[in-house]
Amino acid sequence: MSTPTASAPFGARRRLSAFFYRHRWLKLLALLIPPLSWIVVVYLAALVVLLATAFWQQDELSGQIIHTFTWDNVRTVKDDPTLHAVTRQTVQMAVLVTITDILLAFPLAYYMARVASRGVRALLFVGVLMPLWSSYLIKAYTWRLMTGDAGTINWALAKIDLGPLHIAFSTTAMWLAFTYIWLPYMVLPIYAALERIPGSLIEASSDLGGRSWRTLRSVIMPLALPGIAAGSIFTFSLTLGDYIMVDLVGGNKTDFLGSVIFRYQGIANDLPLAAAIALVPVIVITIYLLLVKRLGAFEAL
Amino acid sequence: MRVRLVLAAVLVSAMAVAAGCGSSSSSGNGGSGSNGSSGPSLPQSIGPLETSLNLIAWQGYTEPNVLKPFEKQTGCQVNVKYGQTSDEMYKLMQSGNYDGVSASGDASNRLIASGLVSPINPNLISDFGDITPQLQSPPHNTINGVHYGVSYQWGANILMYNKTVVSPAPDSWGVIFDGTSYKGKVDAYDSPIYIADAALYLKSAQPDLKITDPYELTQPQFDAAVNLLKKQHQQIGNYWSSFTAQIQDFTQGSIVIGPTWPYQLNTLKAAKVPVEAVLPKEGATGWADTWMEYSKAAHPNCMLKWMDYATTPEVQAKTAYTFGSAPANPKACAILDKQVKNYCADYHVTDPNYFDHISFWKTPLSECGDSRGNTCVPYTEWFQAWTDIKNS
Amino acid sequence: MEPRPVRIGLRIFSFGVMAFLYIPLVVIVMASFNASRIPTWPIKDYTLHWWSLALHDQTARTALENSFKVGLAATAVALVLGSAAAFALSRFRFFGKNSLSLLLVLPLALPGIITGLSLLSVIEYLSLTPSLVTVAIGHSTFCIVVVFNNAVARLRRSSSSFEEASMDLGADGWQTFRFITLPNLATALVAGGLLAFALSFDEIVVTNFTAGAQQTLPLWIYNQFRLPNTAQEVNAVAVFVIALTAIPVYLAQRLMRESGGIGGRG
Repeated sequence: MSTPTASAPFGARRRLSAFFYRHRWLKLLALLIPPLSWIVVVYLAALVVLLATAFWQQDELSGQIIHTFTWDNVRTVKDDPTLHAVTRQTVQMAVLVTITDILLAFPLAYYMARVASRGVRALLFVGVLMPLWSSYLIKAYTWRLMTGDAGTINWALAKIDLGPLHIAFSTTAMWLAFTYIWLPYMVLPIYAALERIPGSLIEASSDLGGRSWRTLRSVIMPLALPGIAAGSIFTFSLTLGDYIMVDLVGGNKTDFLGSVIFRYQGIANDLPLAAAIALVPVIVITIYLLLVKRLGAFEAL
Repeated sequence: MRVRLVLAAVLVSAMAVAAGCGSSSSSGNGGSGSNGSSGPSLPQSIGPLETSLNLIAWQGYTEPNVLKPFEKQTGCQVNVKYGQTSDEMYKLMQSGNYDGVSASGDASNRLIASGLVSPINPNLISDFGDITPQLQSPPHNTINGVHYGVSYQWGANILMYNKTVVSPAPDSWGVIFDGTSYKGKVDAYDSPIYIADAALYLKSAQPDLKITDPYELTQPQFDAAVNLLKKQHQQIGNYWSSFTAQIQDFTQGSIVIGPTWPYQLNTLKAAKVPVEAVLPKEGATGWADTWMEYSKAAHPNCMLKWMDYATTPEVQAKTAYTFGSAPANPKACAILDKQVKNYCADYHVTDPNYFDHISFWKTPLSECGDSRGNTCVPYTEWFQAWTDIKNS
Repeated sequence: MEPRPVRIGLRIFSFGVMAFLYIPLVVIVMASFNASRIPTWPIKDYTLHWWSLALHDQTARTALENSFKVGLAATAVALVLGSAAAFALSRFRFFGKNSLSLLLVLPLALPGIITGLSLLSVIEYLSLTPSLVTVAIGHSTFCIVVVFNNAVARLRRSSSSFEEASMDLGADGWQTFRFITLPNLATALVAGGLLAFALSFDEIVVTNFTAGAQQTLPLWIYNQFRLPNTAQEVNAVAVFVIALTAIPVYLAQRLMRESGGIGGRG
């Protein structure tokens, strides 16, 4: 520690610092107000406006938004069986992708955190991070190429004399692509959670007679759960709102919530209806967040 | 507990905002309501040219061989935004950032009705008199004698197929409407306007529906078309909006049959992909595109100059050749027939009979325009039906 | 210690997953040399055409620069605001803390299309001109959250007793911050900042809604797909970006290894 520069007798800085120490709540405010106002002004206010738009109307001919309250759009969304089907399809895929990513990520994260040597761990860590830097769009396009009838997957299968898979523009193709693209987002939080588990806990568990499977179940899993939950927030929500992969890899054959919202906003220019449809993913995600909060996900992000 | 309170607060405040803003102050979105008839007097000459021009165009309409000479001649630097569908182009026009658009018939009427495009003085277009008579004042860009743009190119939505896979060679749209043929390898155009193609097929295939105009459908006719498309959904591989994607699909063999534009056909043939196309016996939908000027264009003079330039035989020929479309100005034929033998004959450029048999894109309105009165299905319902079809 | 077969099984599985992660990237690299204008497989002819096109492409270079500018701006804002919020939430107790942590998760948890739509409504309502600034503002919302998460995780694990001790020994608030708190937080900030930059760099959805005439790299790629003759150029650009990012990622990883693991990553 260097000599305090407060040789200037009780300088302004020290006075300020003492002031903040005594009035801790002021320090809190100073810390909290800038980020909070940014988030509230930029994000929250915008979100509230969007959600409010769901209760407004649009003039059919001119396309302008009339600010009179109506339940019409919400009612349309609530009653439309097609939108129910779309919601179901989207949530199903989101859940499926989340489960698959957990199954792929957990062993990898475990290996990285608890088994691999230092060098290998660093290598794997960089290895998991790198794909995040390649363009999402190009990865999506590549999966379109790979899942095509004359694509990479079928070419590879043909090399080992296995029949072609007709998965072009199918939900299977989308599932593969989604699982692939969000995988790093699942690995990182689980890795962080596992890495934090002190070795002493594991030792204690085996001291108490627990074999490795029991240790895994009773000690490691509960501690890793927040990480898994945190990762699942990413995979679930990213899949729920996606419309680009649905287009490029899925061929826009069926709709996801994102596609419908995008279409109604972008093409029909019916912002109120699009906003009403947007309420659905907001509600779904909020329920999901409340569920995973209990699992401690927020602390493990 | 607290969390739930916060969420409730957010939702309630959202509703309060919605309810509270009772004034009908509208968030601006393009021009005001319809008008179009007697307006301010039209400019009698093109004023001093600005330095740039922002266009929305179908890809292929503004290739460098067309843009560069224009920029050199006039000094107007052109920026082009490609639109994939008429719906997208309409939306782009509403943003107010563009001076003009090459609008197809299903966007042009909407643009006119919402006041987004301004009338033009045909005297400012030097070759206006040379344009094919049917395209000088067509209903999709001329209302009550007032011109809202100048016709550019036109063409039909033809059926393209892979010669080596699709056999026998199709002559009817029926093969992509039966729900089973070439399952998973059929594509269709990703826009609600495609419902008209189904209706056009039903005009011949189910004459008791008495469909006359595929864009003016009564409810039972509309429902029949939608059901046909729901059946088609079972054969669909994908719905294309980017024709680059369609070109890739046919090249890779993921798609073997589907509606297309001559541009894709020409590109694939040039790449030696074994495709062929046909105008099926039931007829076809088509597009007739008009250059239209945004009513609040920042560069109106460059836009008018562009419209003038685009109607000249040289430019008409270049674009027609690139795109595989029929030029609105038949004087381009002298050039085109030299490049490709019988181009104009093959594309029926001056054949009014052929022209009349194409059902050009136009906006479906509830006003049927005939004795049926106000009973037709408007475009907003086409839009909703499109989502239903995709998720059937 | 796990039994040997389990460890071997894990090793095989892990490298299998890594292979899964990298095969598409290999395809992208190979595709960047594909002579065909249309993506095909397998690749019959190779060419350097796309690379030369990409290197000379001014629009691509501008888009890349724009992406950097936006990413740096958003990350800078995020570092300041995110760590401030992290301090507030980990070192103080106050009313509404729980709700605040929910609020701070939303920008990441709600799908991009909703964030994008919301911001677009505001832009239109206020008649703002969309530009790189609006894009950066949009990105900063989720970047703040990423940095916040990393910082708060680290702060939660380090007790405030160090800071108190420092002040007991005569340092003022600033000195404590500079010599005790900041080094402790540094790796968490690096990790958070890197992740935030990565998210901003590759972001397409929110960017689509908030951008004006200038393009970031994802927007450039999105548009490039529509041009049948030069669409394949994107592969070369993508590979270039991946290669470029290997350096900072490697450096960051070294930095974190020295400070004992990526613990701060939360």
